Amino acid sequence: MSTNLLAVLPELLLTLAAVAVMLFEPLIAAGKTRRPLGWLAIFGTVAAGLAAFYQLHIINLHGTQTAFYSTLQIDPFSIFFHLLIAAVVLVTLLGSLDYFEAPITHGGEYFALVLFGATGMMFMTSSVELLMVFIGLEISSISTYILAGFRKGRATASEASIKYFLLGSFATAFFLYGIALLYGATGSTSIAAIATGLLTTQAPRLALLAVAMIVIGIGFKVSAAPFHVWTPDVYQGAPAPVVGLMSTAPKAAAFAVLLRFLFNGTPMLRDHWLLLLYILAVASMCIGNLGALLQHDVKRLLAYSSIAHAGYLLVAFTATQRDAVSGALFYTAAYAAMNVGAFLVLTQLSGFDERVRSLEDFTGLALKRPGLSALLGFFLLSLIGIPFTGGFFGKFYVFSAAIHGGHTWLAIIGLINSGIACFYYLRLLAAIYSRPLTDTMRPLAPRRVTAPAAVALAATALATLGLGILPNRLLHLVQRAAPQTITTTVSEVAPR
Amino acid sequence: MNLDHSILTLILLAPLVGAGVLILLPEREGARTHAITALVVTLITFVLTLHLVYHFNYAAAPGSFQFEQNLPWITLGTAGSGIRYHLGVDGLSMWLIVLAGILAPIGVLASWKAIRHRTRLFYTLFLLQQVAMLGIFVSLDLFLYYGFWEMSLVPMALLIATFGRTENRRRAAIKFFLYAFIPSALLLVAILWLYARTGTFDLPALQALAAAHTISSNPGALLLCSLAFLFAFAVKVPIFPLHGWLQEAVSEAPTAAVMVLAGKLGLYSILRFSFGIFPDQSRHVAPLLIALGAVGIVYGSLVALIKTDLKKLAAFSTLAHASFVVFGIFTFTVLGVDGGIFQILNESLIGAAFFVLLGLLYERYGTYEMRDYGGLASKLPWMTTMFVIVSLAAIGLPMLNGFVGEFLILSGGMQAAVAHHTGWTVLATTGVIFSASYMLWMIQRVFYGSLGHRPNEVTGWDLSPREHAELWPFVVLFVAMGIFSPVWMHAIDTFGAPTANHASTLSSQEAR
Repeated sequence: MSTNLLAVLPELLLTLAAVAVMLFEPLIAAGKTRRPLGWLAIFGTVAAGLAAFYQLHIINLHGTQTAFYSTLQIDPFSIFFHLLIAAVVLVTLLGSLDYFEAPITHGGEYFALVLFGATGMMFMTSSVELLMVFIGLEISSISTYILAGFRKGRATASEASIKYFLLGSFATAFFLYGIALLYGATGSTSIAAIATGLLTTQAPRLALLAVAMIVIGIGFKVSAAPFHVWTPDVYQGAPAPVVGLMSTAPKAAAFAVLLRFLFNGTPMLRDHWLLLLYILAVASMCIGNLGALLQHDVKRLLAYSSIAHAGYLLVAFTATQRDAVSGALFYTAAYAAMNVGAFLVLTQLSGFDERVRSLEDFTGLALKRPGLSALLGFFLLSLIGIPFTGGFFGKFYVFSAAIHGGHTWLAIIGLINSGIACFYYLRLLAAIYSRPLTDTMRPLAPRRVTAPAAVALAATALATLGLGILPNRLLHLVQRAAPQTITTTVSEVAPR
Repeated sequence: MNLDHSILTLILLAPLVGAGVLILLPEREGARTHAITALVVTLITFVLTLHLVYHFNYAAAPGSFQFEQNLPWITLGTAGSGIRYHLGVDGLSMWLIVLAGILAPIGVLASWKAIRHRTRLFYTLFLLQQVAMLGIFVSLDLFLYYGFWEMSLVPMALLIATFGRTENRRRAAIKFFLYAFIPSALLLVAILWLYARTGTFDLPALQALAAAHTISSNPGALLLCSLAFLFAFAVKVPIFPLHGWLQEAVSEAPTAAVMVLAGKLGLYSILRFSFGIFPDQSRHVAPLLIALGAVGIVYGSLVALIKTDLKKLAAFSTLAHASFVVFGIFTFTVLGVDGGIFQILNESLIGAAFFVLLGLLYERYGTYEMRDYGGLASKLPWMTTMFVIVSLAAIGLPMLNGFVGEFLILSGGMQAAVAHHTGWTVLATTGVIFSASYMLWMIQRVFYGSLGHRPNEVTGWDLSPREHAELWPFVVLFVAMGIFSPVWMHAIDTFGAPTANHASTLSSQEAR
């Protein structure tokens, strides 16, 4: 197989599956269930995941490969993200297979859009050329804009979609402008060439401005404060499974871009962008956690929590290259497992109509749905960072990296923040497990958890537990991922 | 294979597997399946802990650990030994493990009638709590220890939030959790900082580095680090100004949970980790802690004197008793440290017995308010007898266990007679008088005098056979530990003497 084909194999398979979903969608009569399309999408995702494993096999044999005139690079770093994105998408698809209770008119597009979005995200992680990154970013963003408004007809859904679209376009403009300025400063949009160009650039100020612009663009995508304002509204309005997806996979891809760009593209500006990241990390942790304290809607609460978690992740960036990459990668995986899990539980509990929303609705839930309550409780404990969960080990790893890098103060701020954070998670957890204060509880039509959804829930729970107790395998992978992205870039730079 | 190397893992696994079984057992209204299973599991665990007593090697080198299990667990990429699954026991933890072992079945028995609904949830959480507690006592790897330390908060908070007595339960649970969690965050920073400096989480390795003064050349940072450790533990004990969570948590928590709520985990951690890794720094802050201990004794006793709610009274008596231990161990004398460790056992047993008795009263009369009681002695002679015995043990009557501990601690206080300590010892000694007053006054108001209005309205009953089974182990232990205290002190001294001596050699060095 040619290197070019190999490099885009997972993306190619996802695109084919998505196109097939679109083609078959009109063949299913209106009013009929769109489940077969869901299975098709699941099949495509599994194939993409296997393709990523195949890529891993190839680079184990032949080392890192570049393709399409060195615009794409497959290395352990990109393969890690390919696998992560495929896993998140797979779990989301399984969990939302029976999400649309009454067949709706636009059920088929859902599956196609999820796949197209995943394609874009995967492109983002394997591109070492900023314009390619931008194309990937656009593909993934446009899919998520539409998915955010999927419960159409409801005011909150339209608000979510429009708000996300307007602010998102604004942010991508920043990103694009940053690329343009960098081109002006260094004469290239390729990450490796930028690194060499920066050594001889005539316009260092311009380069600084460009880096700041790109950080802003990415900061919006990962909902880091102060670019977070869209997050609560969008999460509240978007369907629960979509929120689970968009709070993890696109963020992971955006963090991948940031890691590659900062550590491989602009290492000589480290002192400057470190300052930006300090601000983003501290602001995200504080604003996220303090904002969440005031929330009564569980989805909004989790939205603020995701802002805070972006902040924890940014703490990893302050460490040395190797520590930063492995810390950030591990945290991304742990966060994906627990957050997708939490939103899957919400999906199963409240359904397409979102019947269960506020803290009051959750009071006494454990009496009626002991299984789902226990799972949600477990994910919340992981989000708090209780040991023997992935969330704890992620935090441990990230803050350990920061302290190794000499940023003890940042670790103190971060961990005190996680102390504050446990207040709102715990309020929800205590509500779930306590008896209802009044007997007049809203009757809750029990939603049956279907087999695929049960598999998805079990997978996320096991992943969260496994990352907490036996993280060795993943640690090995992320530690391997780290140096390779750096050395290959250096070796690529050498012949120029 | 020799059981000695896997016994600690077995002790941890027994309640964990038990919890797993409980989750799978179907729950039927009114059925006792879960209670019986939990009782069996806790009894098995208790029997396993007795293995430690029979095979404990008293001649082992001071500072060494027994029944060790040391396996690689998580390899971190950065330089260093990574995280290990390292368990071990020494003279400090051995009796504490047995104590946790024996309190668990009693806790199950005490919940037999009190918990009728959601028994599956209750006993599962109870067993998980047990796992975490035992894990704290046996972990010798800081990461593993921290894992159990944090994990112990969750079942406790859920037990309070779910099975709390009044509408205030959620608030109490969250308060308890926050009070413990935020200082623990600083503890984690300190642990990570230590790891960054030394590349190891292993306690014996860290102790060796501390003895060689090679952890860090920055004394200020080291002191801050030791304070982060001490602060996290002090909140959990609780030590005097940090007791804000205690009253609400104690008055809400069900009997089985409140028995293990305060005291031993924090005190053990101070002895093991603060003293182990930061011997010099602990000595440095000792005068402050002695003062806080003495103030805590008097403050706790005085507040207990004015509380009319029995559980709140018990909460402040817990504070006073824990302060006694703090006072003792920070004198850094052999008597003080030994007495302090012995008093941890006493305080846990006496406290547990007291809470069990209060639970029994509550089951009968549905109130903890002292004003509602009175004159019970004529109706419930056995109950009264038990209450009096427990009170006498708490007060420190000679021949009962409380006396031994308090006597040793106070003599240790006198020995550490650097001038300013003496004043604190006098203050601490007054605590003995106050504790006698609040306990005896409580006995008088609840059991003697004219019949109160609750006993008038409700027909109580004297102890049932199950309740006898809950209480007699305590009585036997009180007398045995009062008379045959050397049995316990033998093991305790293997930890206490080196710890105190290390500190005293340091102080003599400094004096020169």
